[in-house]
Amino acid sequence: MQSDTTSATTPALELSRVVKSFGAVVALRSGSLRLENGSIHALIGENGAGKSTLVKIIAGLYRRDGGDFRLRGEEVDFHTTAQSKANGIAVIYQEPTLFPDLSVVENIFMGRQPTGRLGRIDRAAMHAEATEIFDRLGVRIDPDRPTDGLSIADQQIIEIAKAISLDASVLVMDEPTAALSGVEVDRLFSVARSLRDEGRALVFISHRFDEVFDLCDTVTVMRDGAHVDTMPISDTTVDDLVRMMVGRDVTEMFPKLPAEIGDEVLTVDGLTQPGVFHDVSFSVHAGEIVGLAGLVGAGRSEVARAVFGVDPYRDGSVHVDGAPLPKSRPNAAMARGLALVPEDRRRQGLVLDLPVTRNITLAVRSRLARFGLIWGARENESARVWASRLEVKTAALDTESGTLSGGNQQKVVLGKWLATDPKILIVDEPTRGIDVGTKAEVHRLLSQLAQQGIAILMISSELPEVLGMADRVLVMREGRLTGEFKREQATPEAVMLAATADEEAAR
Amino acid sequence: MTTTTTAPAHPVLAGLGRLVRARETGIAIAIVAVVALATVLNPSFVFSNDGFRDLLLTPSLLMVVAIGQAIVIITRNVDLSVGSVVGLTAYLTGSLFADVPGLPIVVVFVAGIALGAVLGLINGALVAFAKVPALVITLGTMYIYRGINVAWTGSDRINASDLPAAFRELGTGTVLGIPFLFLLAVLVLVYAAWHLRNLRSGRELYAIGSDPSAAQLYGLRVTRRVLAAFVVSGSAAGLAGVLYAARYGTVSSNAGFGWELEAIGAAVIGGVAIFGGVGTVWGAALGAFLLLTINRALPIIGVDDFWQRAVVGVLIIGAIVLDRIAAQRQHRRLVAQREETR
Repeated sequence: MQSDTTSATTPALELSRVVKSFGAVVALRSGSLRLENGSIHALIGENGAGKSTLVKIIAGLYRRDGGDFRLRGEEVDFHTTAQSKANGIAVIYQEPTLFPDLSVVENIFMGRQPTGRLGRIDRAAMHAEATEIFDRLGVRIDPDRPTDGLSIADQQIIEIAKAISLDASVLVMDEPTAALSGVEVDRLFSVARSLRDEGRALVFISHRFDEVFDLCDTVTVMRDGAHVDTMPISDTTVDDLVRMMVGRDVTEMFPKLPAEIGDEVLTVDGLTQPGVFHDVSFSVHAGEIVGLAGLVGAGRSEVARAVFGVDPYRDGSVHVDGAPLPKSRPNAAMARGLALVPEDRRRQGLVLDLPVTRNITLAVRSRLARFGLIWGARENESARVWASRLEVKTAALDTESGTLSGGNQQKVVLGKWLATDPKILIVDEPTRGIDVGTKAEVHRLLSQLAQQGIAILMISSELPEVLGMADRVLVMREGRLTGEFKREQATPEAVMLAATADEEAAR
Repeated sequence: MTTTTTAPAHPVLAGLGRLVRARETGIAIAIVAVVALATVLNPSFVFSNDGFRDLLLTPSLLMVVAIGQAIVIITRNVDLSVGSVVGLTAYLTGSLFADVPGLPIVVVFVAGIALGAVLGLINGALVAFAKVPALVITLGTMYIYRGINVAWTGSDRINASDLPAAFRELGTGTVLGIPFLFLLAVLVLVYAAWHLRNLRSGRELYAIGSDPSAAQLYGLRVTRRVLAAFVVSGSAAGLAGVLYAARYGTVSSNAGFGWELEAIGAAVIGGVAIFGGVGTVWGAALGAFLLLTINRALPIIGVDDFWQRAVVGVLIIGAIVLDRIAAQRQHRRLVAQREETR
């Protein structure tokens, strides 16, 4: 059981009034965090609140400009990630950082492989230790396979195995559950709890309050680059935390506006791609928001991509306004008024090196062109309209998109597709990794679009989001549609059951 | 949850399976096939006085250069300057013997390798610190090194008569019928392969090439390793330059011209991924062997001069397409494998 921690004991790690700025931009005004051994500490705050900057200082990626950083009572100042690691700090980033070509074992031990005579790497020892760690974690991953092809959940397990092999005393997990399904989250949590019981200090960053309350014992809230408050989790409520995070009351997190539901605009019939999805049929009406729920890996994104034409399908058909849509032709889909906002915005939705302006106008280049040339003024004008409607928080439109926060990047991607004036909008995990305030804005925006008569298909793994936003909920499991619920019928229990039904039996 | 491990195949069997599937095996078979075909058509290809010797001797120099090149490519870089480095060090070798009579051969070897290392260090420093892609940097140094060579050599050239007999003997001599230069190349190969496979510094090169930003987050010393890879590549080219002088005796200002592309071709044919992270120096060395052996075999087989280059091109494109297909299949297999064990 977790050891009692009193303020008299030396904290595992303590940051106080840490400052960090990049040029004129102050990312962290006064960051403070106090971690006790044998505790799981939640770090929450809106995007841009300074959590990631704080984590990167702990990891040795950034050096602080001011303030105190003590590890087990000793003042430290890391110049490199190697130093932070050598001091027993492991950071698991939101986006896994593994070497796809190398084996799982090599990924765990890279840079600190056990060596024997002549500095020769002791592969047997490495293999044995990896196997032992996986046994302890209760997971089955072939240690000799390359990490290429592993799910994000498995990749995170490998990151955790790395931390364990390092015998890390401080473990920071930056939104580890963002891409995980329910079962995978449970597995991660039981691992986290056992690490806590061994006396390690864990930091858990998440936007999901149920997880924070489920897992953590202490919570620190940050806002605008500064520490707001730290308290035991039992002394607070979701409402209190949200108030502290946004500095205002958020009464309605999912403002669904009533919209008039019109004609059927998108009809998908018997869509099948062997091994990916089978016999998927559904329709979406104008002004309607259809939620597509299910576990990660159920084939939802694949269906969306097939409908839009980026992925192939073998059988079945897609109709827009009653007329068939050709297979595998995204251009045709766009011309017919389809828009797809992909799941992985960094990889599929944005050109990170291009400025905001160019990203927003990317999908409407041909419309903006005059005599085959794109004129800067027209482009800026068009981008400005959308950036302001979506309230993208960036000082200038010529900022590189890669430097924006996650929420703002998502808005830029949305803006890019809304600029095409779509009739049918498919959004895949529209609020993944986005803070509460921005989330509500994205929801309000989707709701307004539906009011304007746009048909929306929203893929989401967050149940409250699906239930709060959708007029109708479709559920997929293992490549098949397993449930369809009207808004009134869609209860969390019913949807989860449809999404997981056979899971229990299979285990 | 209990842990079940899939029944492990017998280690020897597993190793055998890997060997059969390995790219290196395919290249070795191709070499045997080419040699066999050429020998059937003209037995002197292998069974003449110089046939067997030349078979091993001709690819030896490119093998050394290709090993260095492979190490650089594995880190997701490329070294276009190696041909020019071969030229410079070959000329240095000749002029050292010409200007300093009686100089021990060992000193010349050291000088050639050291010059190569310095030229590689310049490449590495520019790439690692200026953060400019290696393709651009080494394209620049390729011309600069060659320019220096031309300015230094002028219309002059080193002749066999300038070189001590013992040194020339090194270039063509054999030990138990095997050319000395080939043995040297194999020695370099065996050490490089062992180092890349078994030492941290070797494995880290693969990690850096597989995902440079992840390597940064792991706390690997990326700058130092990349720098080292270029120094190794330069040194290998430097060694090849010394061997060039020993093998051919004549060194003009265009010695080693175009070797950078042959070395890259050899590495690619041998299965070294052009985007880094994958491949072995065994593959690169075998690729070099195949490339030059094909060049020599084609006239015997009766392929027109005109088409010989095209065959090399087909080989390179074929290798890349093969890699691509294999990588896709592998990726699908890995995804499927994970699905099964869920």
